[in-house]
Amino acid sequence: MKKYRLIKAVISSAAAVALTCSLAACGNPSAGNEGAIRIGGSGPLTGPAAVYGNAVKAAAEMAVEEVNAKGGLQFVLDFEDDTHDAEKAVTAYGVLKDWGMQVSLATVTSAPGAAVAPMYQDDRIFAITPSGSSLAIIYRDPDNAADPYGNIYQMCFTDPNQGIASADYLSTHTDLGTKIAVIYKNDDNYSSGIYAKFKSQAEADGLEIVYTGTFDDSNASDFTVQLKQAQDAGADLVFLPIYYDPASLILTQANQMGYAPTFFGVDGMDGILTLEGFDTSLAEGVYLLTPFSADATDDLTKNFTDHYQKKMNDVPNQFAADAYDCVYAIAQACESAGVTPDMSASEICDKLTAQFTSMTFNGLTGQNVTWSASGEVSKSPKAVVIKDGVYVGVDN
Amino acid sequence: MKTKKKLPALMSAKYRGRTASYGCVLAGWLILEVMMHTGNLSSLFTSLLVPVCCYIVAAIGLNLNVGVSGELNLGQACFMSVGAFTAVCLSGSLARTIPAPLPRLILSILAGALIAAIFGILIGIPVLKLEGDYLAIVTLAFGQIVKSLITNMYLGVDENGFHFSFVDNQVNMAPGGKMLLNGPMGATGTERISTFTAGVILILLALIVVYHLMYSRSGRAIMAARDNRIAAESVGIGIFKTKMLAFAVSSCLAGAAGALYGLNYSTLVPAKFDFNTSILLLVYVVLGGLGNMTGTIVATVVLVLLPELLRSMQDYRMLIYAVVLILIMLLTNNETLKTWVQKLKKRYTAKGGTAHDTES
Repeated sequence: MKKYRLIKAVISSAAAVALTCSLAACGNPSAGNEGAIRIGGSGPLTGPAAVYGNAVKAAAEMAVEEVNAKGGLQFVLDFEDDTHDAEKAVTAYGVLKDWGMQVSLATVTSAPGAAVAPMYQDDRIFAITPSGSSLAIIYRDPDNAADPYGNIYQMCFTDPNQGIASADYLSTHTDLGTKIAVIYKNDDNYSSGIYAKFKSQAEADGLEIVYTGTFDDSNASDFTVQLKQAQDAGADLVFLPIYYDPASLILTQANQMGYAPTFFGVDGMDGILTLEGFDTSLAEGVYLLTPFSADATDDLTKNFTDHYQKKMNDVPNQFAADAYDCVYAIAQACESAGVTPDMSASEICDKLTAQFTSMTFNGLTGQNVTWSASGEVSKSPKAVVIKDGVYVGVDN
Repeated sequence: MKTKKKLPALMSAKYRGRTASYGCVLAGWLILEVMMHTGNLSSLFTSLLVPVCCYIVAAIGLNLNVGVSGELNLGQACFMSVGAFTAVCLSGSLARTIPAPLPRLILSILAGALIAAIFGILIGIPVLKLEGDYLAIVTLAFGQIVKSLITNMYLGVDENGFHFSFVDNQVNMAPGGKMLLNGPMGATGTERISTFTAGVILILLALIVVYHLMYSRSGRAIMAARDNRIAAESVGIGIFKTKMLAFAVSSCLAGAAGALYGLNYSTLVPAKFDFNTSILLLVYVVLGGLGNMTGTIVATVVLVLLPELLRSMQDYRMLIYAVVLILIMLLTNNETLKTWVQKLKKRYTAKGGTAHDTES
């Protein structure tokens, strides 16, 4: 029966050809994208952190469409899934490089960003991350905040900055509370990063931390123990450097216990008012430091929120706002540096690093935003308090 | 095994499986090296080379444990974790004394493999004395414990030596110090010293170790203990010792794989090696075939590449991945297909690969 051997030979050779083709470089610039600057980026589009990646993707797409509609320089975006995993972020980087990425939004989350950062430096591709807040994204030596990569910039605050800003704010506003309890998530970069700096700055500012409680992924569904201990310790202010999901539960359970301290959050708290199934009246009087609030009344924010709501059927969070600003900042820098789509990634990188360190940017998440040569952003966090279900600015 | 075998001997029924494994790996390595040096390998696949090697080594180890020894292990990823963090810490602290990457890589992999094997033996001592699925339960728990421990460990090194603290980060280093472990952030700023060649050598070493074990006296004892515990005991086989051997080698290989993995990325978080990763390795082993090393290698390569090749499907990627997994499961267990493959096999063995066979 030669038939079997023939079939086997055909199948195996077909498989071999298919595999070899898929392995080979397929990064030929596809037609239709000619004359546009290629912006790459990756973030979690699937998995537990997908809400952040999808927000960034949607907002970045929106910004690219708007910039292109103005005429002038044209951009095209390819946003890949990295499932909030360093390994997948590195492969996503490979996909983007094969596609011919010239400028990048780096990654949405911190750990994947730290994994791809040295590759962006090796290949001299300019990157600005909307929300990767860890120091490891912009510094080769994050422990000493030294040896910056130089071509990777941040649109959001670094974690340490948020902790320091929060402690400074509380030390100048003692009317909010003087006995501070902290509840943070100890298996999360973001949360423990903010807490570490908050603690050291609080000591320097002479704040009194009476209780510190922790939780992790496996016990993020019940906070009665931590709240009871905070209450017993006499805390009249609870600092929550965590995301809004667990924070909503803390607010609910504190309410059930009849414990009513002042709650103080950071930018991860943004989004609590739009959380499904959460009674927003519980968030009344919660303070938070955030660069963006969807309820702001300026034209830029209104326009953005309207469009985003139409597109995603959801209120934008600060991740979306940061991504939107990233694309506009790239566009602004490209325009003024005279970048053209036929330039190589490293040429663009040189031009953009020169621009970013010298330009001033006005966007959704801040006015007169500037960047240092190490890539850190400088903008002022706004303190807001939730009153009648909306953010109300507090003068700093 | 000490005598030099001639080519026909390598193709004989006894050695064919082993020859296929080594052949697969060497051919793959050759093709990829040629493509890399001629610039034909895309960035995506270049970035996948080392992790694929790591998963293959860990899966080969797991197959020895699950397929050959018949003990379910749900914590292979945590042995990778132990190996990875050992290697990353060692490489980080040796960076000044041994600047050359290659000796540092070899030392780190050896250390990772050794520490993982020690942990494997420590777990095995109480558990493998029991009869039943206790290893599955304990390795599952061990995976959680390792993840939680590393998440809470802070280890820094500066000119005054090592600083360690647990749960609360109280490490105060002199300027210029380096955090080797930084709690939930894991290790950051790791020098990437893993290479594809090192990965291929590791796979070949893993295959040599596993095959030599499988076809030795101890290997036959391991399989006897798997197939019938009472019969094996009655002929004087020490069940505990044989199972321990398989488990220790398995965790040692996972440690080496983890070490190579950890040194391939500039950052490594403890959450990477969670229960899902253990299950993924188990999927590679089961779909590749229990006790079948070539199958494990092929299954690992296909299943790691698949989600990347499906990227063009955008949002439907993971959905299609799941469907493909189910299809593979169904097809490899399909009776008609199985008999067809059996028939093919029979034909080849009957005619010795050359002569035309009689019509059926």
